[in-house]
Amino acid sequence: MQKFKEFIIEKLILISGLASIFFVILIFLFLLKEGLALLEFITPGQFLFGKNWYPISEPAQLEILPLILGSLLVTFGAAVISIPIGVGCAIFIAEVSPPSIKEILKAGIELLAAIPSVVLGFIGMVTLVPWVKNIFHIPTGLTALSGSIMLAFMAMPTIVSIAEDALYSVPKSYKEGALALGATKWQAIYRVLLPAASSGIFAAVMLGLGRVIGETMAVMMITGNAAVIPTSILQPVRTLTATIAAEMGEAVVGSEHYFALFAIGIVLFVVSFMINVTADLFLHRKKI
Amino acid sequence: MDSKKTEKIAFFILFLATLLIILPVGLIVCIIIQKGFPAMTWQFLTDIPRQGMRAGGIFPAIIGTIYIVFGAILFALPIGLGAAIYLSEYTKEHFLNRLIKLSIVNLAGVPSVVYGLFGLAFFVIFFKFGASILSGSLTLGIMILPIIITASREALESVPTSFREVSYSLGASKWQTIRHIVLGNAIPGILTGTILGVGRAAGETAPILFTVAAFYLPQFPKSIFDQAMALPYHLYVISTQVPNVDEKIRYGTALVLLILVFFMNLVAIVIRYQFRKKKKW
Repeated sequence: MQKFKEFIIEKLILISGLASIFFVILIFLFLLKEGLALLEFITPGQFLFGKNWYPISEPAQLEILPLILGSLLVTFGAAVISIPIGVGCAIFIAEVSPPSIKEILKAGIELLAAIPSVVLGFIGMVTLVPWVKNIFHIPTGLTALSGSIMLAFMAMPTIVSIAEDALYSVPKSYKEGALALGATKWQAIYRVLLPAASSGIFAAVMLGLGRVIGETMAVMMITGNAAVIPTSILQPVRTLTATIAAEMGEAVVGSEHYFALFAIGIVLFVVSFMINVTADLFLHRKKI
Repeated sequence: MDSKKTEKIAFFILFLATLLIILPVGLIVCIIIQKGFPAMTWQFLTDIPRQGMRAGGIFPAIIGTIYIVFGAILFALPIGLGAAIYLSEYTKEHFLNRLIKLSIVNLAGVPSVVYGLFGLAFFVIFFKFGASILSGSLTLGIMILPIIITASREALESVPTSFREVSYSLGASKWQTIRHIVLGNAIPGILTGTILGVGRAAGETAPILFTVAAFYLPQFPKSIFDQAMALPYHLYVISTQVPNVDEKIRYGTALVLLILVFFMNLVAIVIRYQFRKKKKW
Protein backbone atom coordinates (compact mmCIF):
# COMPACT_ATOMS: atom_id res chain seq x y z
CA MET A 1 0.00 0.00 0.00
CA GLN A 2 2.79 2.39 0.96
CA LYS A 3 4.59 1.49 -2.28
CA PHE A 4 1.45 2.13 -4.30
CA LYS A 5 0.88 5.52 -2.66
CA GLU A 6 4.45 6.55 -3.41
CA PHE A 7 4.06 5.40 -7.00
CA ILE A 8 1.02 7.66 -7.44
CA ILE A 9 2.71 10.62 -5.78
CA GLU A 10 5.82 10.26 -7.91
CA LYS A 11 3.71 10.18 -11.07
CA LEU A 12 1.88 13.33 -9.94
CA ILE A 13 5.21 15.04 -9.37
CA LEU A 14 6.40 13.97 -12.81
CA ILE A 15 3.23 15.40 -14.36
CA SER A 16 3.74 18.73 -12.54
CA GLY A 17 7.32 18.74 -13.78
CA LEU A 18 6.18 18.34 -17.34
CA ALA A 19 3.38 20.90 -16.94
CA SER A 20 5.59 23.84 -17.93
CA ILE A 21 6.47 22.22 -21.24
CA PHE A 22 2.81 21.37 -21.74
CA PHE A 23 1.66 24.95 -21.08
CA VAL A 24 4.21 26.50 -23.43
CA ILE A 25 3.09 24.17 -26.21
CA LEU A 26 -0.57 24.72 -25.36
CA ILE A 27 -0.21 28.51 -25.51
CA PHE A 28 1.52 28.31 -28.87
CA LEU A 29 -1.03 25.84 -30.29
CA PHE A 30 -4.01 27.95 -29.31
CA LEU A 31 -2.43 31.10 -30.72
CA LEU A 32 -1.82 29.19 -33.95
CA LYS A 33 -5.33 27.73 -33.97
CA GLU A 34 -6.95 31.17 -33.83
CA GLY A 35 -4.26 33.18 -35.61
CA LEU A 36 -3.69 31.03 -38.68
CA ALA A 37 -7.35 31.36 -39.63
CA LEU A 38 -6.38 34.81 -40.84
CA LEU A 39 -4.59 33.22 -43.80
CA GLU A 40 -7.97 32.78 -45.49
CA PHE A 41 -8.17 36.54 -45.79
CA ILE A 42 -4.64 37.80 -46.25
CA THR A 43 -1.15 36.51 -47.11
CA PRO A 44 1.54 36.51 -44.40
CA GLY A 45 3.66 38.95 -46.45
CA GLN A 46 0.82 41.43 -46.75
CA PHE A 47 -0.09 41.02 -43.07
CA LEU A 48 3.45 41.73 -41.88
CA PHE A 49 4.54 44.37 -44.41
CA GLY A 50 1.36 46.14 -45.51
CA LYS A 51 0.96 49.70 -44.30
CA ASN A 52 -2.71 49.96 -43.40
CA TRP A 53 -4.28 48.97 -40.10
CA TYR A 54 -7.97 49.83 -40.39
CA PRO A 55 -9.68 46.94 -38.59
CA ILE A 56 -13.20 48.34 -38.59
CA SER A 57 -13.39 49.78 -42.09
CA GLU A 58 -15.27 47.82 -44.75
CA PRO A 59 -13.49 45.73 -45.96
CA ALA A 60 -11.13 45.57 -42.98
CA GLN A 61 -7.48 46.27 -43.68
CA LEU A 62 -5.31 44.25 -41.37
CA GLU A 63 -1.67 45.02 -42.09
CA ILE A 64 0.59 45.44 -39.13
CA LEU A 65 3.73 47.21 -40.38
CA PRO A 66 2.79 50.45 -38.53
CA LEU A 67 2.34 48.47 -35.32
CA ILE A 68 5.64 46.62 -35.75
CA LEU A 69 7.44 49.91 -36.39
CA GLY A 70 5.68 51.45 -33.40
CA SER A 71 6.90 48.63 -31.16
CA LEU A 72 10.42 48.81 -32.60
CA LEU A 73 10.64 52.59 -32.20
CA VAL A 74 9.47 52.53 -28.58
CA THR A 75 11.76 49.58 -27.81
CA PHE A 76 14.73 51.24 -29.48
CA GLY A 77 14.17 54.41 -27.46
CA ALA A 78 13.86 52.42 -24.26
CA ALA A 79 17.06 50.50 -25.09
CA VAL A 80 19.05 53.71 -25.67
CA ILE A 81 17.97 55.00 -22.26
CA SER A 82 17.97 51.84 -20.18
CA ILE A 83 21.12 50.01 -21.31
CA PRO A 84 23.74 52.59 -20.27
CA ILE A 85 21.90 53.58 -17.10
CA GLY A 86 21.04 50.00 -16.16
CA VAL A 87 24.51 48.59 -16.74
CA GLY A 88 26.07 51.63 -15.03
CA CYS A 89 23.85 51.11 -12.01
CA ALA A 90 24.71 47.39 -11.94
CA ILE A 91 28.45 48.18 -11.92
CA PHE A 92 27.92 50.75 -9.18
CA ILE A 93 25.97 48.34 -6.99
CA ALA A 94 28.29 45.39 -7.61
CA GLU A 95 31.68 47.09 -7.40
CA VAL A 96 31.63 50.69 -6.23
CA SER A 97 28.99 51.30 -3.59
CA PRO A 98 29.86 50.74 0.07
CA PRO A 99 28.16 47.63 1.50
CA SER A 100 25.87 49.67 3.74
CA ILE A 101 24.21 51.47 0.81
CA LYS A 102 24.23 48.40 -1.39
CA GLU A 103 21.26 46.75 0.31
CA ILE A 104 19.22 49.95 0.21
CA LEU A 105 19.90 50.37 -3.51
CA LYS A 106 18.96 46.77 -4.19
CA ALA A 107 15.73 47.21 -2.24
CA GLY A 108 14.97 50.31 -4.32
CA ILE A 109 15.43 48.32 -7.53
CA GLU A 110 13.19 45.54 -6.20
CA LEU A 111 10.60 48.15 -5.30
CA LEU A 112 10.60 49.41 -8.89
CA ALA A 113 10.20 45.86 -10.18
CA ALA A 114 7.20 45.35 -7.92
CA ILE A 115 5.21 48.41 -9.08
CA PRO A 116 2.38 47.15 -11.32
CA SER A 117 2.61 48.38 -14.91
CA VAL A 118 -0.82 49.98 -14.76
CA VAL A 119 0.36 52.16 -11.85
CA LEU A 120 3.45 53.20 -13.79
CA GLY A 121 1.22 53.94 -16.77
CA PHE A 122 -1.02 56.09 -14.60
CA ILE A 123 1.92 57.99 -13.12
CA GLY A 124 3.35 58.43 -16.62
CA MET A 125 0.04 59.91 -17.77
CA VAL A 126 -0.17 62.49 -15.00
CA THR A 127 3.51 63.48 -14.79
CA LEU A 128 5.65 62.45 -17.75
CA VAL A 129 3.14 63.16 -20.52
CA PRO A 130 2.56 66.84 -19.58
CA TRP A 131 6.33 67.34 -19.17
CA VAL A 132 7.07 65.97 -22.63
CA LYS A 133 4.31 68.14 -24.06
CA ASN A 134 5.65 71.33 -22.46
CA ILE A 135 9.35 70.71 -23.05
CA PHE A 136 9.00 70.01 -26.77
CA HIS A 137 6.02 72.33 -27.38
CA ILE A 138 4.01 69.67 -29.14
CA PRO A 139 0.21 69.32 -29.26
CA THR A 140 0.18 66.12 -27.23
CA GLY A 141 2.59 64.48 -24.83
CA LEU A 142 1.27 61.03 -25.67
CA THR A 143 4.26 60.11 -27.80
CA ALA A 144 6.72 57.34 -28.55
CA LEU A 145 9.25 59.25 -26.43
CA SER A 146 7.03 59.14 -23.33
CA GLY A 147 6.55 55.42 -23.89
CA SER A 148 10.29 54.88 -24.30
CA ILE A 149 11.12 56.68 -21.06
CA MET A 150 8.49 54.78 -19.07
CA LEU A 151 9.51 51.45 -20.61
CA ALA A 152 13.16 52.14 -19.90
CA PHE A 153 12.20 52.21 -16.23
CA MET A 154 10.41 48.92 -16.52
CA ALA A 155 13.42 47.29 -18.19
CA MET A 156 15.92 48.57 -15.64
CA PRO A 157 15.18 46.20 -12.72
CA THR A 158 15.73 43.22 -15.02
CA ILE A 159 18.91 44.65 -16.54
CA VAL A 160 20.36 45.76 -13.20
CA SER A 161 19.71 42.56 -11.27
CA ILE A 162 20.91 40.13 -13.96
CA ALA A 163 23.93 42.24 -14.93
CA GLU A 164 24.83 42.57 -11.25
CA ASP A 165 24.68 38.78 -10.87
CA ALA A 166 26.93 38.41 -13.90
CA LEU A 167 29.50 40.84 -12.47
CA TYR A 168 29.30 39.16 -9.09
CA SER A 169 29.97 35.71 -10.52
CA VAL A 170 33.28 36.72 -12.12
CA PRO A 171 35.98 35.02 -9.98
CA LYS A 172 37.51 37.41 -7.44
CA SER A 173 40.99 36.37 -8.57
CA TYR A 174 40.52 38.15 -11.93
CA LYS A 175 40.07 41.50 -10.29
CA GLU A 176 42.76 40.88 -7.68
CA GLY A 177 45.18 39.94 -10.45
CA ALA A 178 44.52 43.21 -12.26
CA LEU A 179 44.82 45.25 -9.06
CA ALA A 180 48.09 43.48 -8.20
CA LEU A 181 49.51 44.53 -11.56
CA GLY A 182 48.92 48.15 -10.59
CA ALA A 183 45.60 48.82 -12.33
CA THR A 184 43.22 51.25 -10.67
CA LYS A 185 39.86 49.90 -9.56
CA TRP A 186 38.17 51.47 -12.58
CA GLN A 187 40.73 49.97 -14.97
CA ALA A 188 40.16 46.57 -13.40
CA ILE A 189 36.39 46.97 -13.85
CA TYR A 190 36.61 48.32 -17.38
CA ARG A 191 39.32 46.05 -18.77
CA VAL A 192 38.85 42.84 -16.80
CA LEU A 193 35.47 42.55 -15.10
CA LEU A 194 33.27 43.88 -17.90
CA PRO A 195 34.73 41.65 -20.64
CA ALA A 196 34.58 38.63 -18.31
CA ALA A 197 30.93 39.33 -17.50
CA SER A 198 29.97 40.37 -21.04
CA SER A 199 27.83 37.35 -21.92
CA GLY A 200 25.80 37.73 -18.72
CA ILE A 201 25.39 41.46 -19.32
CA PHE A 202 24.28 40.76 -22.87
CA ALA A 203 21.68 38.31 -21.54
CA ALA A 204 20.55 40.96 -19.04
CA VAL A 205 20.01 43.47 -21.85
CA MET A 206 18.14 40.90 -23.95
CA LEU A 207 15.80 39.99 -21.10
CA GLY A 208 15.24 43.67 -20.30
CA LEU A 209 14.28 44.35 -23.90
CA GLY A 210 12.08 41.26 -23.91
CA ARG A 211 10.18 42.82 -21.05
CA VAL A 212 9.88 46.08 -23.03
CA ILE A 213 8.48 44.48 -26.19
CA GLY A 214 5.90 42.54 -24.19
CA GLU A 215 4.84 45.40 -21.93
CA THR A 216 1.24 46.35 -22.49
CA MET A 217 -0.65 48.54 -20.05
CA ALA A 218 1.80 51.38 -19.50
CA VAL A 219 2.45 51.60 -23.23
CA MET A 220 -1.22 51.65 -24.08
CA MET A 221 -1.83 54.46 -21.59
CA ILE A 222 0.95 56.83 -22.70
CA THR A 223 1.94 56.33 -26.34
CA GLY A 224 -1.20 57.82 -27.88
CA ASN A 225 -2.21 54.74 -29.91
CA ALA A 226 -2.14 56.11 -33.45
CA ALA A 227 -1.74 53.25 -35.92
CA VAL A 228 0.33 55.16 -38.46
CA ILE A 229 3.91 54.63 -39.58
CA PRO A 230 5.97 56.81 -37.20
CA THR A 231 8.31 59.41 -38.68
CA SER A 232 9.48 60.98 -35.42
CA ILE A 233 9.87 59.97 -31.81
CA LEU A 234 7.65 62.90 -30.84
CA GLN A 235 4.64 61.33 -32.52
CA PRO A 236 1.94 59.12 -31.10
CA VAL A 237 2.52 55.46 -32.01
CA ARG A 238 0.70 52.23 -31.43
CA THR A 239 2.50 49.06 -30.41
CA LEU A 240 1.64 45.41 -31.10
CA THR A 241 0.75 44.72 -27.47
CA ALA A 242 -1.42 47.81 -27.05
CA THR A 243 -3.34 46.93 -30.21
CA ILE A 244 -4.33 43.55 -28.80
CA ALA A 245 -5.26 44.96 -25.41
CA ALA A 246 -7.24 47.89 -26.81
CA GLU A 247 -9.12 46.10 -29.58
CA MET A 248 -9.81 42.58 -28.39
CA GLY A 249 -12.73 43.80 -26.31
CA GLU A 250 -14.51 45.05 -29.43
CA ALA A 251 -13.50 42.35 -31.92
CA VAL A 252 -16.25 39.87 -32.70
CA VAL A 253 -15.18 36.30 -31.91
CA GLY A 254 -14.47 34.52 -35.21
CA SER A 255 -14.13 37.71 -37.27
CA GLU A 256 -11.11 38.67 -39.39
CA HIS A 257 -10.21 41.28 -36.80
CA TYR A 258 -10.26 38.66 -34.02
CA PHE A 259 -8.01 36.33 -36.02
CA ALA A 260 -5.64 39.21 -36.83
CA LEU A 261 -5.22 40.05 -33.13
CA PHE A 262 -4.28 36.42 -32.47
CA ALA A 263 -1.85 36.56 -35.40
CA ILE A 264 -0.22 39.55 -33.67
CA GLY A 265 -0.07 37.34 -30.58
CA ILE A 266 1.86 34.73 -32.60
CA VAL A 267 4.36 37.40 -33.68
CA LEU A 268 4.84 38.49 -30.05
CA PHE A 269 5.15 34.91 -28.83
CA VAL A 270 7.77 34.03 -31.45
CA VAL A 271 9.78 37.20 -30.78
CA SER A 272 9.77 36.68 -27.01
CA PHE A 273 10.60 33.00 -27.49
CA MET A 274 13.67 33.87 -29.58
CA ILE A 275 14.79 36.54 -27.13
CA ASN A 276 14.48 34.20 -24.15
CA VAL A 277 16.23 31.28 -25.80
CA THR A 278 19.11 33.52 -26.91
CA ALA A 279 19.41 35.09 -23.47
CA ASP A 280 19.35 31.64 -21.88
CA LEU A 281 22.16 30.44 -24.16
CA PHE A 282 24.30 33.40 -23.15
CA LEU A 283 23.52 32.96 -19.46
CA HIS A 284 24.56 29.30 -19.50
CA ARG A 285 27.55 29.73 -21.75
CA LYS A 286 30.54 27.89 -20.32
CA LYS A 287 32.64 30.24 -18.24
CA ILE A 288 36.15 30.68 -19.60
CA MET B 1 44.63 62.29 -18.11
CA ASP B 2 45.98 60.42 -15.13
CA SER B 3 44.23 57.24 -14.22
CA LYS B 4 43.15 58.28 -10.72
CA LYS B 5 41.24 61.20 -12.14
CA THR B 6 39.61 59.02 -14.80
CA GLU B 7 38.53 56.65 -12.06
CA LYS B 8 36.92 59.44 -10.07
CA ILE B 9 34.98 60.68 -13.11
CA ALA B 10 33.91 57.15 -14.07
CA PHE B 11 32.65 56.36 -10.57
CA PHE B 12 30.79 59.64 -10.45
CA ILE B 13 29.02 58.81 -13.72
CA LEU B 14 28.10 55.36 -12.39
CA PHE B 15 26.74 57.03 -9.26
CA LEU B 16 24.64 59.37 -11.41
CA ALA B 17 23.22 56.40 -13.35
CA THR B 18 22.18 54.82 -10.06
CA LEU B 19 20.56 58.05 -8.90
CA LEU B 20 18.65 58.26 -12.19
CA ILE B 21 16.91 55.00 -11.29
CA ILE B 22 16.50 55.35 -7.54
CA LEU B 23 15.29 58.97 -7.40
CA PRO B 24 12.33 58.54 -9.78
CA VAL B 25 11.27 55.42 -7.87
CA GLY B 26 11.22 57.41 -4.65
CA LEU B 27 9.43 60.24 -6.41
CA ILE B 28 6.74 57.96 -7.87
CA VAL B 29 6.05 56.36 -4.50
CA CYS B 30 5.97 59.74 -2.74
CA ILE B 31 3.59 61.32 -5.27
CA ILE B 32 1.15 58.43 -5.04
CA ILE B 33 1.24 58.37 -1.24
CA GLN B 34 0.90 62.14 -0.94
CA LYS B 35 -1.97 62.53 -3.40
CA GLY B 36 -3.67 59.23 -2.68
CA PHE B 37 -3.65 59.49 1.09
CA PRO B 38 -6.53 62.03 1.36
CA ALA B 39 -8.77 59.51 -0.43
CA MET B 40 -8.11 56.82 2.16
CA THR B 41 -11.36 56.88 4.05
CA TRP B 42 -13.31 53.97 5.43
CA GLN B 43 -16.03 54.74 2.92
CA PHE B 44 -13.61 54.63 -0.03
CA LEU B 45 -12.41 51.18 0.98
CA THR B 46 -15.80 49.66 1.78
CA ASP B 47 -18.30 51.30 -0.55
CA ILE B 48 -19.28 50.38 -4.11
CA PRO B 49 -18.38 52.82 -6.94
CA ARG B 50 -21.15 55.39 -7.47
CA GLN B 51 -22.13 58.00 -10.09
CA GLY B 52 -20.43 56.20 -12.98
CA MET B 53 -17.31 55.51 -10.89
CA ARG B 54 -16.82 59.21 -10.15
CA ALA B 55 -17.66 58.79 -6.49
CA GLY B 56 -18.06 56.12 -3.86
CA GLY B 57 -15.48 53.45 -3.17
CA ILE B 58 -13.60 50.56 -4.66
CA PHE B 59 -14.70 47.67 -2.48
CA PRO B 60 -15.91 45.37 -5.30
CA ALA B 61 -12.57 45.80 -7.09
CA ILE B 62 -10.64 44.87 -3.94
CA ILE B 63 -12.81 41.81 -3.36
CA GLY B 64 -12.56 40.81 -7.02
CA THR B 65 -8.79 41.02 -6.99
CA ILE B 66 -8.62 38.92 -3.81
CA TYR B 67 -10.85 36.21 -5.34
CA ILE B 68 -8.91 36.11 -8.62
CA VAL B 69 -5.51 35.99 -6.94
CA PHE B 70 -6.63 33.37 -4.43
CA GLY B 71 -7.85 31.19 -7.30
CA ALA B 72 -4.58 31.66 -9.18
CA ILE B 73 -2.54 30.51 -6.17
CA LEU B 74 -4.84 27.56 -5.55
CA PHE B 75 -4.09 26.41 -9.08
CA ALA B 76 -0.41 27.37 -9.37
CA LEU B 77 0.95 26.34 -5.95
CA PRO B 78 0.42 22.54 -6.18
CA ILE B 79 1.69 22.36 -9.77
CA GLY B 80 4.56 24.73 -9.11
CA LEU B 81 5.61 22.90 -5.97
CA GLY B 82 5.36 19.54 -7.77
CA ALA B 83 7.49 20.84 -10.61
CA ALA B 84 10.06 22.20 -8.16
CA ILE B 85 10.24 18.85 -6.35
CA TYR B 86 10.63 17.07 -9.66
CA LEU B 87 13.44 19.37 -10.78
CA SER B 88 15.36 19.30 -7.52
CA GLU B 89 14.76 15.71 -6.30
CA TYR B 90 13.84 13.46 -9.20
CA THR B 91 15.32 14.40 -12.57
CA LYS B 92 18.19 12.30 -13.72
CA GLU B 93 17.85 12.94 -17.44
CA HIS B 94 19.86 15.96 -18.31
CA PHE B 95 17.96 16.65 -21.51
CA LEU B 96 14.48 16.62 -19.96
CA ASN B 97 15.68 18.79 -17.09
CA ARG B 98 17.09 21.32 -19.56
CA LEU B 99 13.88 21.27 -21.59
CA ILE B 100 11.74 21.95 -18.51
CA LYS B 101 14.00 24.79 -17.42
CA LEU B 102 13.84 26.30 -20.90
CA SER B 103 10.03 26.10 -20.82
CA ILE B 104 9.99 27.87 -17.47
CA VAL B 105 12.22 30.64 -18.85
CA ASN B 106 9.86 31.00 -21.78
CA LEU B 107 6.72 31.02 -19.65
CA ALA B 108 8.32 33.80 -17.64
CA GLY B 109 9.01 35.74 -20.84
CA VAL B 110 5.69 35.42 -22.65
CA PRO B 111 4.15 38.92 -22.82
CA SER B 112 1.30 39.34 -20.35
CA VAL B 113 -1.17 40.30 -23.08
CA VAL B 114 -0.42 37.02 -24.87
CA TYR B 115 -1.50 35.22 -21.68
CA GLY B 116 -4.70 37.21 -22.02
CA LEU B 117 -5.17 35.98 -25.59
CA PHE B 118 -4.46 32.40 -24.55
CA GLY B 119 -6.87 32.61 -21.63
CA LEU B 120 -9.55 33.96 -23.96
CA ALA B 121 -9.07 31.25 -26.59
CA PHE B 122 -8.55 28.36 -24.17
CA PHE B 123 -10.55 28.95 -20.99
CA VAL B 124 -13.20 31.47 -22.06
CA ILE B 125 -14.07 30.06 -25.49
CA PHE B 126 -12.72 26.50 -25.84
CA PHE B 127 -13.72 25.35 -22.34
CA LYS B 128 -16.75 27.69 -22.37
CA PHE B 129 -16.00 29.06 -18.90
CA GLY B 130 -16.93 32.49 -20.25
CA ALA B 131 -15.41 35.66 -18.85
CA SER B 132 -15.28 34.51 -15.24
CA ILE B 133 -13.18 34.36 -12.10
CA LEU B 134 -12.33 30.78 -13.05
CA SER B 135 -10.87 31.77 -16.44
CA GLY B 136 -8.98 34.72 -14.99
CA SER B 137 -7.55 32.73 -12.10
CA LEU B 138 -6.35 29.90 -14.34
CA THR B 139 -4.75 32.37 -16.78
CA LEU B 140 -2.97 34.24 -13.99
CA GLY B 141 -2.06 30.91 -12.38
CA ILE B 142 -0.13 29.78 -15.45
CA MET B 143 1.52 33.18 -15.60
CA ILE B 144 2.89 33.05 -12.03
CA LEU B 145 3.96 29.40 -12.30
CA PRO B 146 7.58 30.30 -13.21
CA ILE B 147 7.93 32.53 -10.12
CA ILE B 148 6.69 29.78 -7.79
CA ILE B 149 8.76 27.03 -9.44
CA THR B 150 11.99 29.02 -9.44
CA ALA B 151 11.73 30.14 -5.82
CA SER B 152 10.61 26.71 -4.55
CA ARG B 153 13.36 24.92 -6.44
CA GLU B 154 16.00 27.17 -4.95
CA ALA B 155 14.57 26.52 -1.49
CA LEU B 156 14.53 22.75 -1.99
CA GLU B 157 18.03 22.67 -3.44
CA SER B 158 19.42 24.67 -0.53
CA VAL B 159 18.53 21.84 1.89
CA PRO B 160 21.85 20.00 2.42
CA THR B 161 22.26 16.53 0.90
CA SER B 162 23.36 15.19 4.30
CA PHE B 163 19.81 15.74 5.65
CA ARG B 164 18.47 13.42 2.97
CA GLU B 165 21.19 10.84 3.53
CA VAL B 166 20.50 10.67 7.24
CA SER B 167 16.81 10.16 6.51
CA TYR B 168 17.53 7.35 4.02
CA SER B 169 19.91 5.69 6.43
CA LEU B 170 17.11 5.53 8.99
CA GLY B 171 15.04 3.56 6.50
CA ALA B 172 12.78 6.32 5.18
CA SER B 173 11.65 6.07 1.57
CA LYS B 174 12.31 8.79 -0.98
CA TRP B 175 8.87 10.37 -0.63
CA GLN B 176 8.96 10.19 3.18
CA THR B 177 12.30 11.97 3.07
CA ILE B 178 10.98 14.68 0.78
CA ARG B 179 7.77 15.10 2.72
CA HIS B 180 9.20 15.19 6.25
CA ILE B 181 12.78 16.37 5.83
CA VAL B 182 13.19 18.38 2.65
CA LEU B 183 9.83 20.16 2.48
CA GLY B 184 9.89 21.07 6.17
CA ASN B 185 13.20 22.83 5.78
CA ALA B 186 12.24 24.53 2.52
CA ILE B 187 8.90 26.00 3.60
CA PRO B 188 10.11 29.60 4.14
CA GLY B 189 11.58 29.71 0.62
CA ILE B 190 8.45 28.23 -0.90
CA LEU B 191 6.34 30.74 1.02
CA THR B 192 8.48 33.61 -0.24
CA GLY B 193 7.99 32.50 -3.85
CA THR B 194 4.27 32.09 -3.38
CA ILE B 195 3.84 35.53 -1.87
CA LEU B 196 5.87 37.14 -4.67
CA GLY B 197 3.57 35.31 -7.08
CA VAL B 198 0.55 36.77 -5.29
CA GLY B 199 2.03 40.26 -5.56
CA ARG B 200 2.63 39.83 -9.25
CA ALA B 201 -0.82 38.40 -9.92
CA ALA B 202 -2.52 41.19 -7.98
CA GLY B 203 -0.93 43.88 -10.13
CA GLU B 204 -1.33 42.39 -13.60
CA THR B 205 -3.93 43.85 -15.90
CA ALA B 206 -3.43 42.52 -19.42
CA PRO B 207 -4.11 38.83 -18.64
CA ILE B 208 -7.44 39.62 -16.96
CA LEU B 209 -8.66 42.12 -19.56
CA PHE B 210 -10.57 39.57 -21.65
CA THR B 211 -10.82 36.71 -19.18
CA VAL B 212 -12.57 38.14 -16.12
CA ALA B 213 -12.41 41.89 -15.61
CA ALA B 214 -15.72 43.73 -15.57
CA PHE B 215 -15.83 47.40 -16.51
CA TYR B 216 -18.40 48.26 -13.88
CA LEU B 217 -20.15 45.74 -11.66
CA PRO B 218 -21.37 47.16 -8.37
CA GLN B 219 -22.04 43.83 -6.70
CA PHE B 220 -20.03 40.91 -5.45
CA PRO B 221 -19.38 37.77 -7.48
CA LYS B 222 -21.53 34.88 -6.30
CA SER B 223 -19.73 32.01 -7.97
CA ILE B 224 -16.49 31.30 -9.81
CA PHE B 225 -18.39 31.62 -13.08
CA ASP B 226 -19.18 35.30 -12.46
CA GLN B 227 -17.26 38.24 -13.80
CA ALA B 228 -15.61 40.49 -11.25
CA MET B 229 -14.07 43.93 -11.02
CA ALA B 230 -10.34 44.03 -10.32
CA LEU B 231 -8.17 46.79 -8.89
CA PRO B 232 -5.60 47.15 -11.69
CA TYR B 233 -8.27 47.13 -14.39
CA HIS B 234 -10.37 49.57 -12.38
CA LEU B 235 -7.39 51.95 -12.22
CA TYR B 236 -6.99 51.65 -15.99
CA VAL B 237 -10.69 52.31 -16.55
CA ILE B 238 -10.96 55.38 -14.33
CA SER B 239 -7.75 56.90 -15.65
CA THR B 240 -8.38 56.43 -19.39
CA GLN B 241 -11.97 55.38 -20.13
CA VAL B 242 -14.09 57.53 -17.84
CA PRO B 243 -13.76 61.31 -18.19
CA ASN B 244 -13.84 63.73 -15.25
CA VAL B 245 -13.00 61.32 -12.49
CA ASP B 246 -11.79 63.15 -9.41
CA GLU B 247 -8.00 62.99 -9.22
CA LYS B 248 -8.27 61.90 -5.60
CA ILE B 249 -10.09 58.71 -6.57
CA ARG B 250 -7.50 57.82 -9.20
CA TYR B 251 -4.56 58.36 -6.87
CA GLY B 252 -6.43 56.61 -4.08
CA THR B 253 -6.97 53.52 -6.25
CA ALA B 254 -3.31 53.55 -7.32
CA LEU B 255 -2.27 53.82 -3.67
CA VAL B 256 -4.42 50.88 -2.57
CA LEU B 257 -2.98 48.74 -5.38
CA LEU B 258 0.55 49.84 -4.54
CA ILE B 259 0.08 49.12 -0.82
CA LEU B 260 -1.30 45.66 -1.62
CA VAL B 261 1.66 44.79 -3.86
CA PHE B 262 4.32 46.30 -1.59
CA PHE B 263 2.86 44.61 1.45
CA MET B 264 3.18 41.23 -0.27
CA ASN B 265 6.80 41.97 -1.19
CA LEU B 266 7.57 43.18 2.31
CA VAL B 267 6.19 40.00 3.86
CA ALA B 268 8.29 37.95 1.43
CA ILE B 269 11.43 39.92 2.30
CA VAL B 270 10.81 39.57 6.06
CA ILE B 271 10.32 35.81 5.77
CA ARG B 272 13.50 35.48 3.73
CA TYR B 273 15.43 37.56 6.23
CA GLN B 274 14.18 35.62 9.25
CA PHE B 275 14.96 32.37 7.52
CA ARG B 276 18.52 33.36 6.69
CA LYS B 277 19.08 34.36 10.29
CA LYS B 278 17.77 31.08 11.65
CA LYS B 279 19.41 28.81 9.11
CA LYS B 280 21.49 26.26 10.94
CA TRP B 281 23.59 24.95 8.09
